[in-house]
Amino acid sequence: MEKQGTIIKVSGPLVVAKGMEGARMYEVVRVSEHKLIGEIIGIEGDEVSIQVYEETAGVGPGEPVYPTGETMTVELGPGLLQSIYDGIQRPLPLIQKEAGAYITRGIDVPGLDREKKWDFKAVKNNGEQVVGGDVLGEVEETSLITHKVMVPPTISGTIKEIKSGAMNIEETVAVIEDKEGKEHSVSMLQKWPIRNPRPVKKKAVPKRPLVSGTRILDTMFPLAKGGAGCIPGPFGAGKTVTQQTLAKYCDAEIIVYIGCGERGNEMTDVLMEFPELEDPNTGEKLMKRTVMVANTSNMPVAAREASIYTGVTIAEYFRDMGYSVALMADSTSRWAEALREMSGRLEEMPGEEGYPAYLGSRTAQFYERSGIVKCLGNEEREGSLTLIGAVSPPGGDLSEPVTQNTLRVTKVFWGLDAKLAYRRHFPAINWLTSYTLYTDNIKEYWNKEISPEFAKLRTEALGILQEEAKLEEIVRLVGMEALSPKERLTLETAKSLREDFLFQNAFDKVDAYTPLKKQFWMLKSILNVSHAAAKVIDQEDFNFEELLKLPVMERVANAKNLDADAEEEYKKLWEDTKREIMSLQKA
Amino acid sequence: MQKEYKTIKSIAGPLVMIEGVEDIKFEELVDITTASGEVRAGKVLEAKEGMAIVQMFEDTQGVGASGSKARFLGKTLQLGVSRDMLGRIFDGRGRPIDGGSEIIPEDKIDINGNPLNPNARDYPDDFYQTGVSTIDALNTLVRGQKLPIFSGAGLPHAQLAAQIARQAKVIKVDDEGTIQEDAGNEENFAVVFAAMGVTFEEAEYFTNEFKKTGAIERSVLYINTADDPVVERIATPRMALTTAEYLAFEKGMHVLVILTDLTNYCEALREVSAARKEVPGRRGYPGYLYTDLATLYERAGRVQGKEGSITQIPILTMPEDDITHPIPDLTGYITEGQIVLARDLHKQGIYPNINVLPSLSRLKDKGIGKGKTREDHSGVMNQLFAAYARGKEVRELAVILGEAALSEADLKFLKFANEFEQRYVQQGEYEDRDIIKSLTLGWELLKILPKNELKRVKPEHIEKYMQS
Repeated sequence: MEKQGTIIKVSGPLVVAKGMEGARMYEVVRVSEHKLIGEIIGIEGDEVSIQVYEETAGVGPGEPVYPTGETMTVELGPGLLQSIYDGIQRPLPLIQKEAGAYITRGIDVPGLDREKKWDFKAVKNNGEQVVGGDVLGEVEETSLITHKVMVPPTISGTIKEIKSGAMNIEETVAVIEDKEGKEHSVSMLQKWPIRNPRPVKKKAVPKRPLVSGTRILDTMFPLAKGGAGCIPGPFGAGKTVTQQTLAKYCDAEIIVYIGCGERGNEMTDVLMEFPELEDPNTGEKLMKRTVMVANTSNMPVAAREASIYTGVTIAEYFRDMGYSVALMADSTSRWAEALREMSGRLEEMPGEEGYPAYLGSRTAQFYERSGIVKCLGNEEREGSLTLIGAVSPPGGDLSEPVTQNTLRVTKVFWGLDAKLAYRRHFPAINWLTSYTLYTDNIKEYWNKEISPEFAKLRTEALGILQEEAKLEEIVRLVGMEALSPKERLTLETAKSLREDFLFQNAFDKVDAYTPLKKQFWMLKSILNVSHAAAKVIDQEDFNFEELLKLPVMERVANAKNLDADAEEEYKKLWEDTKREIMSLQKA
Repeated sequence: MQKEYKTIKSIAGPLVMIEGVEDIKFEELVDITTASGEVRAGKVLEAKEGMAIVQMFEDTQGVGASGSKARFLGKTLQLGVSRDMLGRIFDGRGRPIDGGSEIIPEDKIDINGNPLNPNARDYPDDFYQTGVSTIDALNTLVRGQKLPIFSGAGLPHAQLAAQIARQAKVIKVDDEGTIQEDAGNEENFAVVFAAMGVTFEEAEYFTNEFKKTGAIERSVLYINTADDPVVERIATPRMALTTAEYLAFEKGMHVLVILTDLTNYCEALREVSAARKEVPGRRGYPGYLYTDLATLYERAGRVQGKEGSITQIPILTMPEDDITHPIPDLTGYITEGQIVLARDLHKQGIYPNINVLPSLSRLKDKGIGKGKTREDHSGVMNQLFAAYARGKEVRELAVILGEAALSEADLKFLKFANEFEQRYVQQGEYEDRDIIKSLTLGWELLKILPKNELKRVKPEHIEKYMQS
């Protein structure tokens, strides 16, 4: 390594070096004799500011800085799945092997295993014309996912040579000759700079829902595949549980889970649980479709900033293969805080609450990497990348900059509520403040796949819950007696919706996942009571207790315990509901 | 060769600027000798070419720009650790203050520690019985967890922390419902206590409490009282945690770390940050407060293949009982739950005045249930929470409408809420309720409610555990 610069200042993760002529923004450098990994984030003359991804204690002025000429990249290829990385794609198990239980400095381990042989099956032949994004061959990475080795986006031409067989990721699998007659060797290992979005042919409008089995998400506030959503909430309201539930059960083919500045034990939990849990959609182990990036709160703050980009680049790579990918980032507030910390040390002019003025544009750049796309290449592949970011607003105050900047670029808002959490109503997503802008997009899917009634019932249910909030005010002031029978019925229906539909136990094996069809049946069961009862409650001296004591009411409340394919049983329940309630009608 | 510099340029609060320095390192230790020959310690906060900003651990009173000498020691702050530290009392910088001899270190460790690899962690799931119903049954503590107490000025958090330290033990309940104590409870148990900026009396309370019960033999105490140097407070918890890590992961002990009071610690951070003229975040606290607190709290846990564990109970007082204040707020985002103390319960004479509704233990689900405590634990817990929440809502309603306007069911919930506070939350400072007692008491209280309202408990458990 050639020495070029000399350190002139060290302040926490920020190092300033001089004598760095020719340095480029976001170039990776090695700092001091410890060879700490850093990235150039500011240039002034021959002086550069470097954010260092490791602890800088013991580093001082006069020590060398080694440029690498490369920007911050991730390694892409077979072996990504089932991995757990730190913020700059170093596999945590390898770090553990090198350094023991604690992460020490200057550990240099590759993101992907160089030794392991993968069985590469070519799907193209010699002489074929290819462009960037075309699939050259396939590797069965896990029993669930076939890894597609693609032509790098920047290369196109004629295949001069291609071979199948067991190879490691650095061996050449194909040679491509471009128009100028230059030959490019392509291996399974490719690199991509983390701050540049991977190119696509065309972006499209999301049309299908991302089904997670969580009723309040799927039915009330659905997110579309290729969309972006956010989960803001105070601590203890269940951001992480919601994110993990999504990671476990959502019907994306690939999951990228980023633990950004969060608790170490939470990541351990995921690490221990995912290899055991089964995907409800395929029956395979969840880990086989998952890539994890874990930069916990006590790990270096600069690597936390990078972890988001590392994760999203890996996610884009799988999207380009034509998979539906969902990325969970928990929590983007910690990423923003990392930005703020670096900005403060650079002595930049602060914006709101000390955050840098470019917080908004950085946030937007991140969420805009979501989307449903026509993948690069001659083949007609469609991939999607759904982004779900948790936000941790200080004090639960949603007016703070990170939340507000996020809301401007996400179309789904799942607002967690501390009050609901105190009442142990989980998921503690507030149905009055949350929203989704995707209902029009996925209405067609609902009509075709579930029922034409679904959208209507959903709107009705949301209306009832809205009405309940209003009525509760009245009850608080003047008591239950002041309500008309119709209003009383609204309250009872809303209660049933809350307790029997929206309340869902993420730790209960059966309740944790409800298929979309069953969600519809459950919703219909509850609203059927309301529809039928509406016809009898206007009678003179109608007794509400009688209605609530009907045997069918308990069956409706327990509708969640019926089997997921028991359509007949639900139909019977609907009939019984009608019959029993009509029996209250006086002659 | 260590050089001495007489080139102190300026002094601002705890910060000293030294010019013309060579070969200095970030975080390096510095000794400053005043004109009168006193030696004060500090560390390099910012290392520039020819210039060092040094943060003193001690008062800068008496340090002059001329006449003082600075010596750079070429090493970062390390703590000498040894098993012999058990039973000893140190000041906030790790010097013995109990009149005993110096510690002969078995090892020297950087007090900042290194981040624990999440891949090397072992998930904490051993039920840790504290003998306090509202913690054991409702906000279960597990070994290796970090569970802070959010208190307010004048609330009995010290008593509660001492009670937990006294009673905490690992148990398992077998299928017959009998409690099996873990063999390692006695000899492998240690308490590391760090007081930051607390009053002399509060520090004495803990010292005496430990002495009284003999727990002092198994404890290491670090005391930085309110009149000790503010900046020393920044090192105190790190010393305590370094000791804890040594005892837990080198000596195989189960260590309970009590840190009090984190609010004072954060104030100290703010003071240093302001002196450095950093851009402040919320309420003047530095923007890196979250990261800084995380480097303390995340040092709790268990490590694969190691015997010991570190359980943390940090105590903080919420300014104006405001849970959205940056200190409790950021703490809550890092720790695995919180125990919140309530002023109104305290005024009613209820001890421990734990407000169970905003309290939470995130790790409880892995530490309870069949094989750990009892199969009905989760159901009882959820039902008690839901019922108490509803009872409290009814109580508010009753204030507006009067009790006469309440429905029959509501009246029962109101009664439940009152009894719950009087009989369940309330217990003696020296009362050690085991988990079976806590669960049984829970069922007894649930009898107050109409059976059809018990939606969170399984019917077969009602059958089995609710004695009529």
